[in-house]
Amino acid sequence: MNSDGLEAVSLRLRRRILETSHAARIPHLGSCLSCVDLLVCLYWDILEIDSSRPDAPDRDRFVLSKGHAAPALFQVLAERDFYPKERLAAFGVNGSVFHEHPPAPAHLPGVEAATGSLGHGMPMALGMALAARMTGRSYRCYALISDGECNEGTIWEAAMLAAAQAVDNLCVVVDFNGWQATGRSREVMRIDPLEDKWEAFGWHVVMIDGHDFSAMAGAFEACAATRGQPSVVIAHTVKGKGVSFMEDDNNWHYRTPNEDELRLALEELQDHR
Amino acid sequence: MRNAFAREITRLAVERQDVVLLTGDIGNRLFDEFKGLAPGRFLNCGVAEANMMSVAAGLALSGLRPVVYTITPFTTVRVLEQLRVGVCYHEAPVVVVGTGSGLSYAELGPTHHSLEDIAITRCLPGLNVLAPADSQELVAFLREALENPNPTYMRIGKKGEPALHPEGASLSIGSARTLRDGEDLVILCIGPIAAEALRAAETIAADGPRVEVVSMGSVKPLDVDFLDGLARRCGRWITLEEHGMIGGLGSTVLEWLAGTRHAVRLTRMGVPDAFIHEIGDQAFVRSTLGLDAASIHAAIKEALV
Repeated sequence: MNSDGLEAVSLRLRRRILETSHAARIPHLGSCLSCVDLLVCLYWDILEIDSSRPDAPDRDRFVLSKGHAAPALFQVLAERDFYPKERLAAFGVNGSVFHEHPPAPAHLPGVEAATGSLGHGMPMALGMALAARMTGRSYRCYALISDGECNEGTIWEAAMLAAAQAVDNLCVVVDFNGWQATGRSREVMRIDPLEDKWEAFGWHVVMIDGHDFSAMAGAFEACAATRGQPSVVIAHTVKGKGVSFMEDDNNWHYRTPNEDELRLALEELQDHR
Repeated sequence: MRNAFAREITRLAVERQDVVLLTGDIGNRLFDEFKGLAPGRFLNCGVAEANMMSVAAGLALSGLRPVVYTITPFTTVRVLEQLRVGVCYHEAPVVVVGTGSGLSYAELGPTHHSLEDIAITRCLPGLNVLAPADSQELVAFLREALENPNPTYMRIGKKGEPALHPEGASLSIGSARTLRDGEDLVILCIGPIAAEALRAAETIAADGPRVEVVSMGSVKPLDVDFLDGLARRCGRWITLEEHGMIGGLGSTVLEWLAGTRHAVRLTRMGVPDAFIHEIGDQAFVRSTLGLDAASIHAAIKEALV
């Protein structure tokens, strides 16, 4: 799909994410809005997946390692027909699978790993990528992590093993929105220089604007063409992207919009093209 | 036992193309044959056990049958969350093996003792928790665990553990197995420490009492049918384990008894709730903690008063 088409999808998903956050009082809005463009690029343009065969052994795997962005993933999977959009009416309802984090894969088609505790998804994706080599398959594995998640030691344990094993079918995407739960990510832990860190760990590094669709597609294609080492796409993003009064304001990590805020936000997210 | 594990996992890797062995940079030379026969399915994950456990979960979710092997504290307490979330929550059929469990590495000090592993693993939903008494039990459990759809934790010893089962015994997960018959008292054991119980049963027989010795093999599943039958014929039990007193075999049996109407007098033998500061070899530490044959002998006498 061309960039205009993808942008239209992103706008639609942003609106739904906001509506859901308001209706079901689901937090982590800022984190969802920073990565939704990355999800759209991957799910519409990059991943080799077939929603009618969610368990196909050859499918590409996408693991949302930053599991608190599940409200974005749930919308993406519905839009890609892994389940009917109507099911999302149960978002936040007692007894439904649609709450704050992705459930175990057996409970929702399209989900590859139940995440929410940070630092688990990327190592699991590494296991999935190694399995491709062991079973003679050619699928690729993607894990979306947050910059806050880079605090976790397991990210760097996995980074060392992936490089030692030359796992070139693994691509990690860092949603580098500059914030973690309670502060600037570069102030809480010394994350900078993130590019150099990954490079020093033996990874092929690509830096992009995580809201620029043609840059994202180019980065993922470059990673797919890389042999002999794992790849990381460091995507510079804006937390709360798309809603002026949420952008780069970390209060929206936990806050949910009230009725007035929702109305204002939805007005900003109209498709004017 | 670790040699028996290495031999059997190598055999299994030849028989089955889905078996993968992950180690945390231990077992120097131990897996040379495995590496020679299935080099693509041996992964030294380095001294990074948390990552290793999640990688194993990812492999299992992709159709493989990973077996994770390192020293017990590093496959259990160190990686508890990876075991809980990656393996158990995902129902990923990973087999986790803890070597040198209990006091097998007594000389290495409390960092290498594992006296809490049964307690913390048996509360994880869906996880089988096994502790074979000897190499024959280990081999049978390992084979069966790789057929099971659910994950398994198995704690094993180090080396030189005596064979306790008669050759060719039919052994399976969740089935208790009597090692010695007796009517006056029964010792329910888990793990290689059953050898101490057998010695005690033998020496006390000279004084008259006939003591049955049982290898439980697993706390989860617990062989409740066996225990139910046992309670109908013998009401004096001892549980014996190289594990803390909290949460192990003794606790498991008590929990089960609490839901029955059986009148059983139970003595629990295990490691007191304290770190061990008087370090020595396994036999020394067992004797100072009251877990050697002589202490069991005394406990039997007391229980039969």
